[in-house]
Parts: sequence; structure tokens; C-alpha cells
Amino acid sequence: MDKKYQPIIGLETHVELKTASKMFCGCKNNPFHVSKPNFYTCPVCLGLPGALPVANKKAIEWTIKLGLALGCKINSLSKFDRKHYFYPDLPKGYQISQYDMPFCVNGKVETSFGPVGITRVHLEEDTGKLIHQKVNGRNVTLIDFNRSGVPLVEVVTEPDIHSAAQAKEYAKKLRQIICYLDISDCDMEKGGMRLEANISLQSHPQGVQNQIGHPKGDSLPNYKVELKNINSFRFLERGIEYEVERQKEILESGKTPIQETRGYNAEKNITFTQRTKEEAADYRYFPDPDLPPIRVTPSWLSEIKKDFPEDFNQRLNRWQREYGVKREFIEQLFETSSEADWFEDLFRKLKSEKLAIGKFINLLIHKKIKTVLFKDSPDKIIIEYKKATVVDDVSDEELIPIINKILKTNPAAVADYKSGKKQVMNFLVGQVLREVKKKIEFKRLKALIISMFS
Amino acid sequence: MDLLSLTIKEVTEKLKNKSFSCKELITECFTTIKKNDKKINAFLTRNEELALKTADKYDALIKNNKEIFSEKPLLGIPVAVKDLFTTKGIRTTAGSKIIGDYYPPFNATAIKKLIDAGVIIIGKTNEDAWGHGSSGENTDYEPTRNPYDLSRVPGGSSSGSGAAVAYGAALVGTGTDTGSSVRLPAGFCNLVGLKPTYGRVSRYGIIAMASSFDTIGHMTKTVYDNAKVLEVTAGLDPYDSTTVPVKVGQYTKVLGQNIKELKIGLPKEYFIKGLDNKVNSSIKNSLKILEKLGATIKEVTLPYTDYAMAAYYILVPSEVSSNLSRYDGVRYGGTREVFGAEAKRRIMLGSYALSSGYYDAYYLKAAKVRTLIKQDFENAFKKVDIIITPTSPTLPFKINEKTDDPLQMYLSDIFLCPVNLAGIPGLNVPSGFVDGLPVGMQIIGPQFSEELLYKVAYLFERETQYYKIHPQFKNG
Repeated sequence: MDKKYQPIIGLETHVELKTASKMFCGCKNNPFHVSKPNFYTCPVCLGLPGALPVANKKAIEWTIKLGLALGCKINSLSKFDRKHYFYPDLPKGYQISQYDMPFCVNGKVETSFGPVGITRVHLEEDTGKLIHQKVNGRNVTLIDFNRSGVPLVEVVTEPDIHSAAQAKEYAKKLRQIICYLDISDCDMEKGGMRLEANISLQSHPQGVQNQIGHPKGDSLPNYKVELKNINSFRFLERGIEYEVERQKEILESGKTPIQETRGYNAEKNITFTQRTKEEAADYRYFPDPDLPPIRVTPSWLSEIKKDFPEDFNQRLNRWQREYGVKREFIEQLFETSSEADWFEDLFRKLKSEKLAIGKFINLLIHKKIKTVLFKDSPDKIIIEYKKATVVDDVSDEELIPIINKILKTNPAAVADYKSGKKQVMNFLVGQVLREVKKKIEFKRLKALIISMFS
Repeated sequence: MDLLSLTIKEVTEKLKNKSFSCKELITECFTTIKKNDKKINAFLTRNEELALKTADKYDALIKNNKEIFSEKPLLGIPVAVKDLFTTKGIRTTAGSKIIGDYYPPFNATAIKKLIDAGVIIIGKTNEDAWGHGSSGENTDYEPTRNPYDLSRVPGGSSSGSGAAVAYGAALVGTGTDTGSSVRLPAGFCNLVGLKPTYGRVSRYGIIAMASSFDTIGHMTKTVYDNAKVLEVTAGLDPYDSTTVPVKVGQYTKVLGQNIKELKIGLPKEYFIKGLDNKVNSSIKNSLKILEKLGATIKEVTLPYTDYAMAAYYILVPSEVSSNLSRYDGVRYGGTREVFGAEAKRRIMLGSYALSSGYYDAYYLKAAKVRTLIKQDFENAFKKVDIIITPTSPTLPFKINEKTDDPLQMYLSDIFLCPVNLAGIPGLNVPSGFVDGLPVGMQIIGPQFSEELLYKVAYLFERETQYYKIHPQFKNG
């Protein structure tokens, strides 16, 4: 990291919840799998005159669940506010969001670079979507309200992030936490998870690095560049890297970067000006009079906690202990807690049948077991596993002449092995198997070959 | 058939004993409208074809099913609907030209309940656009006139609904009351008009004016009729989070019960300079009648009254500016320059009050004052059962008399707006006539005291029977 400048980065992440219905109406919440535009709509999510919102309890519970997973304090009294701005995809002229009383505040996400404070987690409604296309030879903008009113959670961090790599790690970890809670698909490509980074550089006098790591509020830089609508972790990392360099150059020349919103162009790997803000937009927030304040009572909170899955890390450690499952392998095989439950059932069954779980996972990763993950029953998979690992009945008498032949035709390999290049064994075993054309355990062949070396 | 003198109670009897049919009744409504509405301008949209078809259907029902009146307590009753109520397939303008050709795809909950109870919608009525006004003159169409004196206003904003019932075009006029809009036209048109407790009647499908103030009420000739309609419209609605699970009262059942021991409070801050002497004596006279019925009267104080209008005219425009932001010209016919002067005034006032830097000084401060006003009433109701005030400080005023002075217009609601700030119910009851013009008396009670209000009003009405005095279309 540059000695003279420290990046000060805060992330805002929007995530669409996968509740059955939308945030404030009974419409189906399924904006990505719908046959035509404006299909899942009603007076409420179209903002028709007279329609009123009714809050989705499940979405509130899931927001609180996420807050709990991020170690947040859950506000006992919360409310929805109206955030006013004009845009064609916002049918009411305001978005129902949360202003000064979000459901969750003051959480934390650990990264290998240090902790990232979570300022708040709040719930709001998504907007419709503008589609620019040609109709009868004219360029027009169409509005699709299938997404209008989809529950949207926003997670805001403190400006605790100091590098592109840390930003990426945080974002990936946040996604993993959300996915594991089974509350969102976090589909970044489709916009189910959207990242925004606020980036600025803190300069240190005489190139002395700030050892505290967390700059105090009063010493934050006097400008901020907002990097918007990034749809992959890689682009987040690259966009921040580019932005840090760009801002450094400006600062070096004695100027201050302009306060603005910038986009990221993945093809050119650059950021570009989208909107300059002379001053903050005035959203004229006020409490939504259509939605009474929400009291999160201790009994409701414990109800929500009851529904909490076993902690992700705890579970992986336990699996290592109980089933000998290695974290680095299994981690990539599932995202949600219900998928983890599916594995748990399977492991239990494998263990009770005294089957080798490590070997099972190895074959699974290499797609050697015919199965549909998270659909098939453990019994069915175990049958498939046995099929894949069945060993043919071959006697030593049958094998010895073949091994002899292989050793003779590969003297160099034999010499290599003897001189200590043990990995050559894989090659020798492979040669033997090819000749025999049968399934034989690796361990047995290895032992047999070694016994014939002398 | 004399529509002017008929009530819901009588019509139901006559439909039951087949003195006339639904078809005859509804036909008579439209005959009356065709004869008189040119002078009154109560209706923006007439629903004649569908209304007559429905009447035919109901006549068949009555013929085949004697029990139908218990299933549908308002069977065949002609209703004039304020144009803030969304009505499926029937043009709904809010009195504004912004949505002058809007045909909603759904019914407001109150409308659905009324239709299920058997009413027949005669048409949609004129009003101050979006409910902004006290006289009906802020309509984007031709203003409604008072059937008792055509040179005067009928009160607003539910001006058309009030006038329609007063001149016999319908037996019920639905209204919304955000600051005065049911009680004032009821007062100016010699009708019983209810502003229910906030949350008693669903707001779903009512075009919002100020969401935390809007209440859904109605006007009728008599107290019984009014209570009968509330039995239908009141109740919890899963589509409106601000409705509450308080049991709906038996509003018609309590009528006739005595009011001995009833304590009536007169707020000293309300009987002041600016209150028309003749209005004052009419109310005082009515109080004597209530005393004769067994009530006792004492003075109460509502100390924060002076701040009520100021708080009201910060909070209401704030919510108005938000609620009107959806009419941005993207999806509805009219663009924003089509908004009338009063709507523009309120959008500007409200946007200002909600702006960052001003929010604390205006909106938040006014919200605190609102709490104090609410406490004023709560404290008063520790000492008395109900409070009585004049409905309006003046008699129905002349058309154009106050249009150049918005502040004077706002002050017509000075006795009514505090009730909306407090969220409690208020009922206008006719208090007689002065110079041939109706005077209204407002009865205010604690939250969900509609039964009590009706009980008091009913006995008073039985003594006075002002509803039998019909309009003469003076100065036409």
C-alpha cells in the first residue's frame, strides 16, 4: 500500500430478498423468472391512486435475521419512511425505505485485513425497471414493474475498508452470509445483489502511515467518490484499484477529486463520470403515515432467533470433527443452510454405513457420482456412490505379470521412484490400470508395485 | 314518490312491501338529477346505465328472496360517491383534471362493502380537487352550489355528495374528512355527517389527501340512516394497516337510549370573537334542548387550540406534497402544470416543510403540537363525555366570497381540523336554520365513541326534526 495515502472505503450493498410475495403487496416476488413485463403487478406496486402498502412480515423477519448474523443491535422500535425523488421507474414518486430507525445497527464483519463495521441494515422496496428499445422505428423507454416492490435490504458499512482486496473479501463474505441464511439468491448478474463503493484517499503528512487503521470521523477526507452498480466482485476490486490510482494522481497534482458518482466500464477497465453532485439530494424523508411503526418485541425476536441456522463456521468445524470433511472442499459445494442440511443428512447416512466421506466428496467434486445436488435422497446417492467405487475381483496372480511388464517398459520411472520422486507412483498405477481394464483400489496396487521393486 | 322526504329506513320498508321497485326509485333519482343538477353541479359522472341494470337485478332478488334485506342491509339504496373513492370501471377524477379520464381497475374497500350491502351507485360527485378546500370551489370543474341558496357554497370538500343528498338525488353521500370535508358540507346542507375515528373505516382505494388525517365518512338526512351506513363501512381491513381490530359498534341498536347523566363540554376557546352571533345562538338553543333531555353542560378548556390550524397547515401539506408526487405526468394524462392553484400551493408548502434544514423546525415541531392537541381532548374527556361546538363559525358563505383569501377559507374549518389532528370522531347534526340557511352542530367524542355520538344525535333529532325542512333552490 502507498505510504502517503490510505484508501478510505465504505460499501453499500443492496440485496433482493426471495420472499414469496413482494414487500408491500401480495404480488408474486419473482422478477427474474416471469414470462412477460408487468405481469406480477397490482394497484399497490403500480402506485395507483388510493392503493396502500401493507408490510411483509417475513421480509422484516429476514432483515432482522441478517442483522443478527452480522452481530447487529436490533432496534426495538423501527419504522418506514418515504424517500422522495422523481424517476419514471418509481411509480409513487417516493420509495418506501427506512431513514433514522432501521431494523438493525452496529454490526461487524471480520476480514483477514481487520474488522469492517456495519453501520446499519435496513429494508426498502425495489423500483421498476426501464427498458430502452426501438418500437416501430422509434427509440422509446418502456417500464416493467415486475421488480417494483420487491423487498430490498441495504447493508451499509463504516468507512473501515482500506484496500480493493479487503472490499472484495468483505463483499464475498457478506454474500456467503446472506446466501447461507437462505434469504436471497444474491444473483449479481441479474441485479439481485448490487454493490456501491464510496472511495476517497486519506493523505498522511510526511508519508507517515496512520497506525490506527480506523480514521476518526473528523479526519475523513473532504470529498467522496461513489462507484455505482458494480455487478461482480472482480469488477469491484478492479474498479476500486483504478479509482485509488486516479484519485492519487489528482491529489499528487495538488488538487482534490470532485465529489461525484462514477460508473465502471469492465471492457476498458476504467471508471467514468455518471453524475456530479454539487450538494446532497434532498429526499424530504418523513415517516410513512400508511405504515404504523413496528415494535420488535423480545418474544418476536426470540421467535426469529429460534429459526436461526447453525453458524456457518461452527458447522464446518463440526463437520471436520464429526465426519472428517475438509472445509476447503465442502465450502464450495453449497451456499444456503438448507443445502447444508441436505449435506448433513447425507454425511450422517454415509457415516452410519461406514463409508469413506472424504473419498465420497472427492468423487463428488470430480463429478464421478451421478447425482442431482440438493434434490436426490441420500439413499439414492449412496447407491450411485457404491456403483462408482465398486472394485473388481482381481487376484494377485493375474496382476503380477502385468506389473512386471509395466516395470520393464518404464525403467526410467522406476529409477525416478527409487531416487525419491514418489509422485511417479501415480503414473505407474495408471499404466497398470489401463492394461488390466478393471477397477482396482489404488492402495492395493501401490503396495503390490512396491513389493515388486526389490 | 317524494325523494326529498324519503330516508333509508323508509325506502327499505317501501321496497320490502313493494310500494315501489328499485327500478322506480333509481329512475326517480336520475329524473331529479336531470331536472336539477344543471343548477347544482353535484355530479361529475353519472352512472345511469349500470345503476338501472343493477336495480333490475335487485328487483328480481327481492321478488325471489324475502331474506335478502338481512343479507344486504342497504339493498337498492341510491348512493352518491365522492370522486376520491376509486370505483372499478367508473371514472374517478378526484375533482382534478390531472386524472380526468382515469378508470380504476379496482374498488375502494368502503365501496366494495357498500356494493356487497346492496347499494346502487348513482354517480361520482364534485369536490374540491384532491379534497383541498372547504367550499367546493377548488374543483377543476364547475363548483357545486348549495341547494338551500344557489348563490352560496355547499361546504367542502365533499361538496357534491352533500348537495346531492340535500336535493334528493341520493340517500347517502360518501365523503372523506381530512380537516372538515364531511362535517362542513353536512353543516351547510342540513345533513347528518360523520367523520369517524381515524382507522375505523378503511382508506384502501380512497385517493389520499393527507394519509394520517384522512377518514372515510358519509352524509345522510337522518341519524338512523347514518348509523346504518357505518355498520356496513366500519371495520378492520387487511389492505389498510392503519385500521384497527376494535369491534364495530351496534350503531343503530343504541338509538333511543336515554342520555341522562350525559356530561357535555363546551370548549371556552371555541366560543369566541369571529363566531357569528346567529350561529352562536342557534347552538346555545340546541344545547338547551339537550339539557331538557337530561344532559348537563360545563365549560372545558382545550388550551392548545390556538396552535391547531398552524400545525394542521404544516402537517397536511407535507403529506399532500408526498401523496401527489405520483401524478408526475409519466403515467396519467395530465402533466403537473394541470394542478390547480390550491394543489400547487400545498405541494410547495409541504415540500418546504419537509426539506432538510427545515424539517425539524416545521414538520417535527408541528407533529409535537399535534400530540399536545390530542392530549387536550384526552384531558377534556376525563371531565365530560362529549364536546359540542358549532360546525362552522359562519353561515354558508357566498360563492367567490373567500376564494381570493386562502387564509379566510382555511379558517372556516377552525372548529373541525383539531378533531382530525386528534384522530377522534366528530358528527355534524343539523341545529336549525338562520335566515333560511342551515346551521350545523358538531358533537365530538373520544376514540371509537361513534355509538355515543349517534345516541346523543338521535334523541336531539327526534326533538327537532330539522331534516324535514327541504331546500327551496333560493336565488336560482
